[in-house]
Amino acid sequence: MWVYEKKLEYPVRIKTPNPKLAKYIISQYGGPDGELAASLRYLSQRFSMPTNEAKGILNDIGTEELAHLEMVGTIVYQLTRGVPADVLERAGLGAYYTDHDHAVYPMGASGTPFTAAYIQSKGDPIADLHEDLAAEQKARATYENLINLADDPDVIDPLRFLREREVVHFQRFGEALRIVQDKLAEKPFYVKKPDCMNPVYKR
Amino acid sequence: MDPNQAKLLKEVMAADFTLIDLNLYLNTHPYDQNTIMLFNNCAQRAKMLRNQYEKLYGPLTVQNSPYKCPWQWINSPWPWE
Repeated sequence: MWVYEKKLEYPVRIKTPNPKLAKYIISQYGGPDGELAASLRYLSQRFSMPTNEAKGILNDIGTEELAHLEMVGTIVYQLTRGVPADVLERAGLGAYYTDHDHAVYPMGASGTPFTAAYIQSKGDPIADLHEDLAAEQKARATYENLINLADDPDVIDPLRFLREREVVHFQRFGEALRIVQDKLAEKPFYVKKPDCMNPVYKR
Repeated sequence: MDPNQAKLLKEVMAADFTLIDLNLYLNTHPYDQNTIMLFNNCAQRAKMLRNQYEKLYGPLTVQNSPYKCPWQWINSPWPWE
């Protein structure tokens, strides 16, 4: 089960609102390579992992992604806090304001609401871990795009932290994949009872 | 899981659930002094049970446990097993 800690994993203190940037960054909240998809993906896949190392890494990265979801939500919130409707509209957030006002809603940069179709949970640990490696790279690339679009150091700093975590997660998933592959490649070891122990032959 | 471990774990779960439920109640009744006292007593009991469990059977949370090598956090059984 989970317990909430009343702090962010890494500080977010944005002094100047910037709704245009919020429109893009929300993609890491509820978009195709976002933190919500990442967390749900790992926390769903962990059940069918064959080794304790893989169960642990999916459990704990899936948990950390929830902390990242909170950070991204905080960035979006602080970038739009107190911004009037007409300014939001000029920043391209008129449709968003219509449906969600100043709330934080899980969707991608293009406005598509979050969907579980972004993730897979295949029951095949090799397939699942390869998806996870790809997911971390896609999220890293998205954070790099966002850093290119941002000009405020208060925004760039937490984005850089989140980008680095994607790199670390990729490394750990690679190690988990190797451990799982080694385990699956082990020669199966059978213990067969001698026939004389079998009641059918005993008579 | 051996029956003694299962029994103590169930006690920890019950003690923690009491806190979850009191927490929700207090969020909407922040001036209820009697319930705040009840929360404090239950929290103390939950902490005691948790310490006892972790000493015998390993960590429930990854933080605040002294570890030896190899890292026990990943040991089975996981809660879904």
